[in-house]
Amino acid sequence: MDMKKLIKTAGPIALLFLLLFVLEKTLPTTSMLFVVLKKGAIYALVAVSMNLLNGFTGLFSLGQAGFMLIGAYTYGILTIPLEAREAVYQYFDGGIVSFTVPVLVAIAAAGLVTAVFAYLIGLPVLRLKSDYLAIATLGFAEIIRAVFQWDKLGPVTNGSNLLKRFPVFTSTLFPFAVAGVCIAVIVLLINSSYGRAFKAIRDDEIAAEAMGINLAKHKQMSFTISSFFAGIGGALLAMYQTTVQAAAFRATMTYEILLIVVIGGIGSVTGSCLASFLFIACSEWWLRFLDEVTYIGAFQVPLLSSGFRKVVFSVIVMIIVLFYSRGIMGTKEFSLDALFRFFKKRFGKTKKEDVAG
Amino acid sequence: MKRVLAISLVLCLVGVLAAGCTPASQTSGNVIKIGVYEPSSGDNGAGGKQEVLGMEFANTVVNTVEIGGKTYKLELEIVDNESSNDKGPSAAAALVSAKCSVVLGSYGSGVSIAASDVFKNAGIPVIGASCTNPQVTLGNTHYFRVCYLDPFQGTVLANFAVDNFQAKTAYILTKLGDDYSAGLGNYFKEAFVKLGGSVVEETFQEGNSDFTAYLTTAINSGADVIFAPTSTEAASLIIGQAVSQGVKIPLMAGDTWDSSVILDAAKGSDLEVFVSTFFDEGDNTALGSEFVKNFKKWLNDNPDKKNNNGGNDIVAAVSALGYDAYMTAVEAIKKAGSADPKAINEALWDVKLTGVTGDIAFDEVGDAIRNVAYIKQANTTDASWIFVAIQGVE
Amino acid sequence: MGFLETNLPYIMAGVSVGGQYALIAIGYTMVYGILRLINFAHGDIFMAAGFMMVYLSASLPLYLSIPLVIILTVLLGFLIERSAYAPLRKAPRMSIMISAIGVSYLIQNCAWYITSGLAKQYPAIPWISESVTVFSSTTKMVTVITPVLTFMLVAALVLLIKHTKFGMAMRAVSKDFETSQLMGIKINSVISTTFIIGSFLAAVGSLLFFSNYMTVTPTAGSMPGLKAFVAAVFGGIGSIPGAVLGAFIIGICENIIKGLGLTTFSDAFTFALLIIILIAKPTGLFGEKSTDKV
Repeated sequence: MDMKKLIKTAGPIALLFLLLFVLEKTLPTTSMLFVVLKKGAIYALVAVSMNLLNGFTGLFSLGQAGFMLIGAYTYGILTIPLEAREAVYQYFDGGIVSFTVPVLVAIAAAGLVTAVFAYLIGLPVLRLKSDYLAIATLGFAEIIRAVFQWDKLGPVTNGSNLLKRFPVFTSTLFPFAVAGVCIAVIVLLINSSYGRAFKAIRDDEIAAEAMGINLAKHKQMSFTISSFFAGIGGALLAMYQTTVQAAAFRATMTYEILLIVVIGGIGSVTGSCLASFLFIACSEWWLRFLDEVTYIGAFQVPLLSSGFRKVVFSVIVMIIVLFYSRGIMGTKEFSLDALFRFFKKRFGKTKKEDVAG
Repeated sequence: MKRVLAISLVLCLVGVLAAGCTPASQTSGNVIKIGVYEPSSGDNGAGGKQEVLGMEFANTVVNTVEIGGKTYKLELEIVDNESSNDKGPSAAAALVSAKCSVVLGSYGSGVSIAASDVFKNAGIPVIGASCTNPQVTLGNTHYFRVCYLDPFQGTVLANFAVDNFQAKTAYILTKLGDDYSAGLGNYFKEAFVKLGGSVVEETFQEGNSDFTAYLTTAINSGADVIFAPTSTEAASLIIGQAVSQGVKIPLMAGDTWDSSVILDAAKGSDLEVFVSTFFDEGDNTALGSEFVKNFKKWLNDNPDKKNNNGGNDIVAAVSALGYDAYMTAVEAIKKAGSADPKAINEALWDVKLTGVTGDIAFDEVGDAIRNVAYIKQANTTDASWIFVAIQGVE
Repeated sequence: MGFLETNLPYIMAGVSVGGQYALIAIGYTMVYGILRLINFAHGDIFMAAGFMMVYLSASLPLYLSIPLVIILTVLLGFLIERSAYAPLRKAPRMSIMISAIGVSYLIQNCAWYITSGLAKQYPAIPWISESVTVFSSTTKMVTVITPVLTFMLVAALVLLIKHTKFGMAMRAVSKDFETSQLMGIKINSVISTTFIIGSFLAAVGSLLFFSNYMTVTPTAGSMPGLKAFVAAVFGGIGSIPGAVLGAFIIGICENIIKGLGLTTFSDAFTFALLIIILIAKPTGLFGEKSTDKV
């Protein structure tokens, strides 16, 4: 039975990686598809980490951008090659960090450093509830952004200037592998006894406490773990962008991730993953034609000009938020079984209707 | 049921869009695509648009190129990098996937640096028009530029401040996280201190709209000049608030301020605003004056283009640079005799031409060799530029 | 005199900006008091009012465009409530908040589309845009007017809430949503009116704010919006005098910090203040004691 389950989960994943590998070998590397896949994988990880907090533990936090920032900076600072430091830290005499670590170690360190920060922030902040927690975490994200831009910290963070020249990935497989492993760990966590405790806290704090769940400990744990993965997501994002700058990690970034979580369904890991690929594909690729002035014959299609893409996009988001507030997946998880059943049901129904007709 | 609807809605969307827009971008037989990587929105949107105008105009002047007896049409592929370092790489990727042979841009050094690696990995050469930070071209072989650099510009401005205002103290205001602003501020400071002056430095954050406190500090510090190399967006705020606070200290800035936005903001006040720039409308070389004449005509014939220029027909220096960057690209394509990005990249090293902003040839880093800057002052009565001096570094 | 001359401009700027935050903060605090919703879109309504003024004043004289801007802003606030918040009244609080974030995203993107993301020059309004000299430091008339106008509007609002039937309904709704519904208060009209008042004050705030800074951008509303919200929390959410006091404190502190040369931290300070107050005294300066809030 377990073997069967294992094949059922591992099989599609292996297929997915095989497919990616084949795609990379066949399609030209310049295709927008790879941009979407890379960025989508990174956002999927961050969205799932946010979902762990918002969807599974019921802690409404808006600090994701700040945690990604810490991760991205940690990664950048630890991996910029020594010979490039002089050029990168041009205003700070090469900076004071004079060692580098291997890429994977740096990614792990990005997660750990973020988790430490999150732990410290969590101590006071997690006593707050719902929207107060949201606004306090949002505030912390802004404070983090300001601190990282402070020129007194320049020898470490390069002040407000770009960090660049650190190692990056070129293959789509890399972000998929890292994000995949992280998401798998989160899924395992959600299905463990800790995960059940998180869900209990989400559904009813008082009842959960009465059942003997230590609220403070579990909230802190969920917050720290979520930030750990957000930090790794930040490191991946740094690799994707090839440069890092604190100014880019605005509250808007958190909102985008929150919207991904909502579109995917709060409380569904696969929903978040699907939604992030859809979100990135729409915003970066498929809707781009809306930004261009287009002619059909001599007729200029009205409204199409720079920025229209975003308007259409935000209208779609609003429709989902208002009318499909459960998102694509609700709290359900995507699985091949469910898909199969779903089509069988649909198919079965139409068959019946045919008979009736 | 609702979820089914939601899924089908999304799937429909995916289907329609995937079907609707994937093909378009294949290079058909006789077209060479020149990518334009410029901001048309955000902080640097106004300047980016003017730079694009220069390129679009150049595209109307020369829109074919002959390679091996075959005529190729030159097409511009324009994307908006939103003046943002995090949106830039995606916009650059869109150009790469559209199979551009060579890319022009960007206005703003930060975004240029941010997207540099995307183009590098795709093997596409880029010609920067007005990105003046040295980091753009340093340490790579695919990024070129046709304008001068910030160390030069900073020195020129420091010299000008000392020569003209006998300045002893300068107040420097730069934007956090903006490579252009921080870089130019820093080079100005170095040169100014070398000339025996002292400086007071401050920075502001993205989205800041209240500059009164900064200006007060500037006045209190007893500065003889205020040096504020910022985007035009911040510039109009700074100027507006300087006017209402009755600031008497001359304001100086780099090439970004050479824009009608500045003129509009300073109009009707008695503020002294000085900028250094690449090109002057009153240029009296044959090439320059012809460019100015034709470009103005083109703007006046196309109302929407004129609108992008800020609603007037003042020729911005960045438009001239955009024109020159385009012409440089055309020259390189001709020299390479192919649309292959690698060949164009090779050819660029040896390209020599006379542009409207002066002679263009690249040094070993990929920068055009330049040795003069134009200093202009804003005429606050009729919103135009007064040519002050051609300044070099001695 | 030396000290005054050096520091007065910072304090004046602080008071003026504080007054503008106060006008926005009232919108936040009233909506939160009634719906327990952080109306993230409020800052963007403020920004939208700025753009309306830019476009309307281009074709209409000021005596028409100013009232029209106020009317349209009020209409916008009303429509947002009806279309984005009213349908979710029974939904969990988090959904409404997400909807508010969505609306904010939508308004910003619309503004971005209409303006192509470029900054627009705000029209100069005669008299209030003129320069005046106060104790040897020059500033705009609007700096002096703002605190006065703010206090007048707040006084009027407080009178309205204390002494009219509608004000009573409003207080009842903010005390107990369900009971007041049972008592026959038309809850939807109370909520709509709250949004109308909030948007009205945001429109006035935007007139003052942009007359001072002269440039409107699509993201111009988000920072003042967040700061005004912090001011509302600081003063005790639901309390109008608290929000006003909080706004002035934040405005002045922010400018003093800039004066000290710590400009990087002027925004961060606001949030640090928020976190400190949330942890030390979650109900704010004048907040009602209530156990279910935090």
